[in-house]
Amino acid sequence: MKRRKFEMAAVPGNAARGVDDRFQVATPLRRLLNKVFPDHWSFLLGEIALFSFIILLLTGVFLTFFFEPAMTEVIYNGSYAPLRGTPMSAAYASSLDITFDIRGGLIMRQMHHWSALLFMAAIVVHMLRVFFTGAFRKPREANWIIGSLLFWVGFLAGFTGYSLPDDGLSGTGLRIASGIMLSIPVIGSWLTSSIFDGEFPGTIIISRFYIAHVLLIPGLLLALIGAHLGLVFKQKHTQWPGPGRTNDNVVGERMFPRYALKQGGFFMVVFGVIALMAGLFQINPIWLFGPYEAWVVSAASQPDWYVMFLDGSTRLMPAWEIYIPIGDGYVIPPLFWPTVVLPGVLVGMSVLYPFIEARRLKDHRSHNLLQRPRDVPARSGLGAMAVTFYLVLALSGANDVIADKFNISLNAMTWGGRIGLLLLPPLAYYVTYRLCLGLQQHDREVLAHGVETGIIRRLPDGRFVEVHQPLHREEGELEYVGWVVPKKMNRLGALGPAIRGFFYPIEKPAEAPVSPASPPVDSDTERSEITSGERR
Amino acid sequence: MTTTHPEHAGGDQPVDLDDPDLSRFDIVRAGAREDDIEIVHYEPQVVPGSKAERRLSRTVALFFLLTGVSATAFLAIYIWWPWEYELGYGGDKWYTPLLGVTLGIALLGIGFGILTWGKKLLPKEVSVQDRHESVNERDRIITGQTMLYMADELGVKRRPLLGVSLLAGLAPVGAVAAAPLVGGLISQPHKNNQMFTTGFAPTDDGQKKVRLVREDGRPIRPADISAGGQITVFPGIEHGVSNKYADSPALLIHLRDADAQEAREANVRIGHDDYMWGNFAAYSKICTHAGCPASLYEQQTNRLLCPCHQSQFLITDNAKPIFGPASRRLPQLPIVVDDEGYFVATSDYTETVGPDFWERP
Repeated sequence: MKRRKFEMAAVPGNAARGVDDRFQVATPLRRLLNKVFPDHWSFLLGEIALFSFIILLLTGVFLTFFFEPAMTEVIYNGSYAPLRGTPMSAAYASSLDITFDIRGGLIMRQMHHWSALLFMAAIVVHMLRVFFTGAFRKPREANWIIGSLLFWVGFLAGFTGYSLPDDGLSGTGLRIASGIMLSIPVIGSWLTSSIFDGEFPGTIIISRFYIAHVLLIPGLLLALIGAHLGLVFKQKHTQWPGPGRTNDNVVGERMFPRYALKQGGFFMVVFGVIALMAGLFQINPIWLFGPYEAWVVSAASQPDWYVMFLDGSTRLMPAWEIYIPIGDGYVIPPLFWPTVVLPGVLVGMSVLYPFIEARRLKDHRSHNLLQRPRDVPARSGLGAMAVTFYLVLALSGANDVIADKFNISLNAMTWGGRIGLLLLPPLAYYVTYRLCLGLQQHDREVLAHGVETGIIRRLPDGRFVEVHQPLHREEGELEYVGWVVPKKMNRLGALGPAIRGFFYPIEKPAEAPVSPASPPVDSDTERSEITSGERR
Repeated sequence: MTTTHPEHAGGDQPVDLDDPDLSRFDIVRAGAREDDIEIVHYEPQVVPGSKAERRLSRTVALFFLLTGVSATAFLAIYIWWPWEYELGYGGDKWYTPLLGVTLGIALLGIGFGILTWGKKLLPKEVSVQDRHESVNERDRIITGQTMLYMADELGVKRRPLLGVSLLAGLAPVGAVAAAPLVGGLISQPHKNNQMFTTGFAPTDDGQKKVRLVREDGRPIRPADISAGGQITVFPGIEHGVSNKYADSPALLIHLRDADAQEAREANVRIGHDDYMWGNFAAYSKICTHAGCPASLYEQQTNRLLCPCHQSQFLITDNAKPIFGPASRRLPQLPIVVDDEGYFVATSDYTETVGPDFWERP
């Protein structure tokens, strides 16, 4: 029998045909490969959060193999000599084992912690980008809400995570958390007692936090992130205004291969930076804090950065206790307002913002083009207000350290924070509003009169005027299109581009230094004469 | 090959895939058009075979090889570097930094290699895709009517009994789902009066007073603390020093004569006449704000500061809060010295210890 010739080259084609026969993937796959994504550096901030989350999952799974979520008391007998013979919980002992007795355990722990910090930071910065550019407007309100929730779920993930080692610092955090839950009117004591199974600290809280941290919260995060990305994919990304860009199209690159390559490369860069940080910068050195003991605390006990603004709000809150004289009397402790009510109000405000703005502006159209922050002074002012509010709180969360390092009275820091929290946000609103208007005016001025050239000319009557280079030849103002207006002569190609190359000149002269996302400005071969901006 | 604004030769008509003149790029472009994507600009960044191409290829290759070297170094360090903890300065202190650096370089190598490949060697392109957000009014009506017809078929309007009974039947099922969770977790907060008692409550039906002990369990004589000094004390019972009695720890302070006099007068004002013993006073260490240990005692001003949220309590005025977010004074532990000369608590704290809550009397 003659054997059929086996053709290696035909294998991929045949395999592909076989797959398509069964699953009919050719059409959807072509759509996916071709999908167009707009490109701008600010669109990468959310990806940092996504990539950090993937690293969190990878390193987190490693840690679960060695961590023992139990509060059983054991006598530590591991390699770390200073704590040998100390009674501690099994959770803390196994955290020390991960650090000292498992090869490479410390770098995994530090990568986990650093990527958690980066995850939250990227979420916040991404959220600011989305807010200030108006990317949350219709049709993307749902994704804005999911994003806001992601911050708070990430917050919970972070808190349950750093409580697990049961060290001196995290135990203090847990103690405060129990105090916060206790402060809730009516149900406080029942809630706390149910979560801790009795009085703080009880014996079960670490295992409950563990299952929340490794299953329930990551599951929720995965679901929310999936929905978030799915919506971005379905609704297509927003884009900046520019030549050829309209509300009804997407101008950019097809997803494969270039865009996807850049994403993959960026993931590796984020991963690499986290690995470097984990190796070089110590984070959460639990062995220095010792096991948690209810009566031990040190000065400068600060939570992770994303919790600090709530620590600050707690510090600034005046001691206003509400006493209700019914029966034996009931209290609403001052702790309730800055730790339960404030976060609730913040969630509500961020979730509702897109709808409030649309209602106020009576704007119910769909928007796929981004806005420059200067073009929407009221929104930018509100954003600056929120950022200032947040910063005052976050700094107040470290007011004892600031007082200590700069030799300021601690009480003065607290009072400064209280007053600053009320005065600075409105001030930030006003300043930002004026800045936006000023920037707008300058854009219009350049569009009307041209770019400043730095050339001063003396007129026959003795006056001095600065010569302006108009941006176009016709009379009249150019219309503002919501994108960067060139303001320097070399943005117009007036100066020859620098020769590139570090050791020797690179053969091809570089392009004019215009960011690829900004509209290309063609340098005219015949330049019009440089004139003063004035028209007579 | 620069394709700028290609003519729509055939409009939206599909290209003939059997046409031998058709290049692969033509097929790609035609395919993109079927997804309403127009590749309006496509420009190679390097000329094939040029010096620039060879140079960029070398750069990318260098990045990838760097990754290989660094990853190998990681493995070698992981296996052979002394990593076990030793006291003092030693090679093991470099283990984690070296792992981080080698891993970081390896990952950055892949990252920058891929980025250079993608950004410098691949052609630049600008494509435009339609968003297609226009609504299909016809489909809206059809879907709406289909759903309404489903309601008609179910006939809930005509047969209201079905809807009501379904709701009445399902509501308890929902409760059944929640019941084990709530029932299992719920815990009565006032079991054994736990929120109002600590380890200092006299044992044996109030007959035996509890001693104040140190961290290591030894009892304390007045002579052990010099004037102006203070010490953290625990109930002298089994596990009294552990977190099982997290609410119990107190700060025993030996006040100077003048301060002690002031503190005694303040005690008398609120009816705590015999809470102090001599110049000694004991106050709960658990902050009434959020439960941190209020443990920074300033001798000169007699203030006790909680390092978590900076509440300050004036010891000479019944530990009244004088600054910060705390709104309630620290509970005082009434103390005396027993027959053997050791401090004991005459009773438990007479106020609630720890953070405030709704039903605190």
